[in-house]
Amino acid sequence: MTNTLHRFGAAETFDDDFIVFASPSTGRNDVGSIPKLKKFLEMALPYNPVNIGDPVHGGAVRPKRGLNTSANWKRDARPDFRAVIDGINEPASVVAIFDNAKAAGEFLAEVVEADLGLSVNISASVEGAQQCCKMAGIPRHSVGYSLGFEGKTEKLPNTQVLTLSTMCGHGMISASLAKKMIDWVKEGRRTPEEAVTYLTRFCSCGVFNPHRAKHILEEARSRME
Amino acid sequence: MKINPDKCVACGNCTYVCPMGAIYVDPVIKRATIDRDECVECYACFNGLSTENLNPPLVRMVRKILQWGRVRFDPEPDICPTAAFEPDELVWPRTVRRAFSDPRATHESTGVQGRGTEEVKTNDVTGRVKEGEVGFTIEFGRPGVGVWLRDIQEMTWALAKAGVAFEKKNPFTLLMTDVATGTIREDVLGEKVLSAIVEIKVDVARTEEIVRLVHDVEQRVDTVVSLGVGTRCDANGEEHIVAPILERLGYKLERAKTNVGLGRITNPEMSAKPAVEEHEVAAR
Repeated sequence: MTNTLHRFGAAETFDDDFIVFASPSTGRNDVGSIPKLKKFLEMALPYNPVNIGDPVHGGAVRPKRGLNTSANWKRDARPDFRAVIDGINEPASVVAIFDNAKAAGEFLAEVVEADLGLSVNISASVEGAQQCCKMAGIPRHSVGYSLGFEGKTEKLPNTQVLTLSTMCGHGMISASLAKKMIDWVKEGRRTPEEAVTYLTRFCSCGVFNPHRAKHILEEARSRME
Repeated sequence: MKINPDKCVACGNCTYVCPMGAIYVDPVIKRATIDRDECVECYACFNGLSTENLNPPLVRMVRKILQWGRVRFDPEPDICPTAAFEPDELVWPRTVRRAFSDPRATHESTGVQGRGTEEVKTNDVTGRVKEGEVGFTIEFGRPGVGVWLRDIQEMTWALAKAGVAFEKKNPFTLLMTDVATGTIREDVLGEKVLSAIVEIKVDVARTEEIVRLVHDVEQRVDTVVSLGVGTRCDANGEEHIVAPILERLGYKLERAKTNVGLGRITNPEMSAKPAVEEHEVAAR
């Protein structure tokens, strides 16, 4: 899973994007990992994550089946962190997303202390991750660099769309929907907050950063690309 | 995936949510339709859209009246009002599309969701990439372009010819009939997926050679490629070997995934065994 590695943007644009995740490894430490994964996310909550999730059930804002027509006017868009934690029922990577280095670093320090025995990674700018490690007082073990997109890059959408859509590295947020949301915000048909909620529901593992998305949409509103 | 024509009201919401742009409203039948060649069975439509269970004939009539009056119906953009999407019973080789495209589908071969590989994120317990080694994740089709598996074979052939080691526990390696030549089984070559990762490992001295090789081959394949380069840090958490090579090659290292080394082997049956595993299968 490299679904957080190839987010589009320059390093300085990731200053509100810190993804901390815990991963069990199949056959090595997956037995008995479910309570540890839940504990990892429980520990994240006091640091005010902007999203949490797991790849089996999704993030804290999810699509719903069987809505009634009133959903078109009144719909609950609040993140449900409790549902994410309670729903974990198989060993898989869980994520907590923070919009600042301080929260991510302090959370990481608490994770070190808890000694869960699971692999823990930070996906952020290279320097941002180093900053978190320093705050937690631990050295980095391994690092995986993103070299960005190559090949037939002419097939890619514009950078505003790309910045939004690549926040779901699994590709579940389509470029067309990201473009539509930018257009709707520009037209004043929806607020950035509403547009962010629509997009967040399509991310199937919870790595989408709604804080960063709102910022991108607000910026796109006043800038044509 | 299929759209039930008895339920679809052609609202068009789903045409935007398909990452492949494979859904369109057919002007003849006036229903949303899926281009099966382009559909990669990612289930973004089925899993991502919320649903209502409105009465289809009633919705069609209301839409028709509003359209006649030039009134724009402005529903929530992430709802299928009649729950018209129905998963298909997939059979081989089309099942490959879903395995590589739907992040909630677990790869049976590795037991891992998503792209089916753990790569550097569990390196602290797998020892997949050791000091002096570099692991490459060469991902095709992402973001939002997709890739035909026959195009990936161009790359695996070139890598095999260069004598690299393919990661054994990677679902794409398991599609190869001959790892020594990088040849992929013929019956899946005509399948399209949202993305797939080829994973290899080489000695650090070969970093530049592999980056150049990948760069050369990616000019010949009809998709985008995202390259990830993983390596071990030293005892102080520093990495001064691979980053300078990549920077010399012109890459600006904006983002990284950093494993902080907290993992350990805890499964009872594994704790008793030495932590040495075979990860790669070498090409000739």
